[in-house]
Amino acid sequence: MSNPQTLFDKVWGAHVIHARPDGTDLLWVDRHFVHEGSHHAFRKLAARNMVLAEPGLTFGVTDHYAPTRGAPASDDIAGMIQTLKANAQTHGLEHFALGDPRQGIVHVIGPEQGLTLPGLVIVCGDSHTSTHGAFGSVAFGIGATDVAHVLATQTIWQRRPRAMRITVEGTLSPGVTAKDIALAWIAELGADGARGHAIEYAGSAIRALSMEGRLTLCNMSIEGGGRFGMIAPDEVTLDYVKGRPYAPGDWDRATAAWLALQSDADAAFAREVTLTATDIAPTLTWGTSPDQAVPITGHVPQDATRDVLDYMGLRIGDPLNGTPVDQVFIGSCTNARIEDLRAAAAVLRGRKARVPGLVSPGSSAIKRQAEEEGLDAVFVQAGLDWVASGCSMCVGMNGDLVAPGKRCASTTNRNFKGRQGPGARTHLMSPAMVAAAAVTGTLTDVRPLLEGRER
Amino acid sequence: MSAFPRLTASPARLPLDNVDTDQLIPARFMSRARSEGYGAVLLHDLRKKDPAARLPDGASILIAGRNFGCGSSREAAVYALFDFGIRVVLAPSFGDIFASNAVNNGVLPAVIPADRLARLEGEITVDLERVEITHSGGKIGFEIDPVWRTKLLNGWDDIDLTAQHAQAIASFKAAHHARAPWTRPMILG
Repeated sequence: MSNPQTLFDKVWGAHVIHARPDGTDLLWVDRHFVHEGSHHAFRKLAARNMVLAEPGLTFGVTDHYAPTRGAPASDDIAGMIQTLKANAQTHGLEHFALGDPRQGIVHVIGPEQGLTLPGLVIVCGDSHTSTHGAFGSVAFGIGATDVAHVLATQTIWQRRPRAMRITVEGTLSPGVTAKDIALAWIAELGADGARGHAIEYAGSAIRALSMEGRLTLCNMSIEGGGRFGMIAPDEVTLDYVKGRPYAPGDWDRATAAWLALQSDADAAFAREVTLTATDIAPTLTWGTSPDQAVPITGHVPQDATRDVLDYMGLRIGDPLNGTPVDQVFIGSCTNARIEDLRAAAAVLRGRKARVPGLVSPGSSAIKRQAEEEGLDAVFVQAGLDWVASGCSMCVGMNGDLVAPGKRCASTTNRNFKGRQGPGARTHLMSPAMVAAAAVTGTLTDVRPLLEGRER
Repeated sequence: MSAFPRLTASPARLPLDNVDTDQLIPARFMSRARSEGYGAVLLHDLRKKDPAARLPDGASILIAGRNFGCGSSREAAVYALFDFGIRVVLAPSFGDIFASNAVNNGVLPAVIPADRLARLEGEITVDLERVEITHSGGKIGFEIDPVWRTKLLNGWDDIDLTAQHAQAIASFKAAHHARAPWTRPMILG
């Protein structure tokens, strides 16, 4: 009888090429996604006169600098986009470039194309690579040196992290989403709460999440310090993958292997945390770290520090509810999938936004789907801008910025100082909550706005 | 990467927790080539607003707060520190990806509890070989993954190390793709 294993152990173990006595493993990488920011790594490769080890397992995605309206905002930005295109051509890799109908944000189109599958090891030079763990893969963000190593060898040296399980039991209340679960656990455990650990999300509330919700939850793992977030594959996973362009041809064999990827009943976790779904309310951040989050009914806490209060333009004890916002953003690898757009549209339908805002779908395919469903009209009639797909205002690299001192209700993942632009004041929340902020012009509880509406 | 030296200097201090990589280098500076140098943009926006983030020129050792380098995987955060001259960061904890990037660039992320960091005064010597710091009040240890210690001390480069495993990689690939053919991406015909 072998030792009981976690889901993480099973996937990791199936990819160990060489186990060094010092505890570091050489892992095989099944999928490697590169983006415009990977230019350092390609330079490193060129400096060694090396070629890509596995171009067929490497995929280029134009997202970080992708323009959402018209042409790139500067020569510098256009240069970044062109550099990736040139590197993709030089090395002969599939590239989801601007103008390609499959283009979108890497952590959205990986799953959408069926490139992200259960049981894989997936890396990308982006910390939100944890997103792909929603399928039961070991997926993690790496820096440029490691990107160059993967380009050169299709492998990576890693020390196995400790195992952690976050179990959420019960049923989420109306108006409460995967984003709220993420902000709730991060607020409870801290921005470094999962540092050094690989998280597995489990429990009835997780099982009840759609694939979109699971992707949102795993995406936010890194905001709680967890480089890895995973959910065991089930029928929801299989239903999502089936029929995708890159879904396996030998479906029965693949799915049999995937469904076996479950943590054994007696597998040990170094850390276990349990949340109750009904305790979670619509949650939003008030500060400049993702763990500075409270329910919408809450207040700026007593222990808030001067520099954060000054930056955010808030005072201790201020209620979040009713705080005026200047603009909204719906987008990013966290919350710009079709279900997110539907949730925002459900609040906005037939209503006007009191503040301007940008809606950037997670992929060009999602943009088309939303337009087929008439969601674009809902956003436009409300007064929001419906734009093309990319990382956009989550990170501002393409020039989509929040102006200094402006307050933005945002579906993104980071409220760091300057994240959405120098001096920008970001409040993270779910798409429905952002839609509610648009409608009222303030941070507000979405739940009353959902009454009597089909969700 | 060159081997990590024994280093003596007066540490700079950045007494803030959760200094994320967006603070270490704002995103808009990340398109530059490494050859242009990243030192001038270290903490570019934060230091304008917060005097605590103004590091003295010539600093090579930095004492930082908890969860230093959390957030984005941008290795440019390490480039900015390195090009500024920083070779050692002492902190109670680090973001996982940042710490890994630091080691890959010859920057030592040494873990020391906050109360012990507060007691370090004046010039200190960081000795990675012995995993200890000498200061005016004596010697203290620090934590570093032994694998990372070895890598830093030897100035190892992973691509060179991995080349020794080329045969094992080729064998693994063949077996892996035979065992789990669905792991190979193929467009359905």
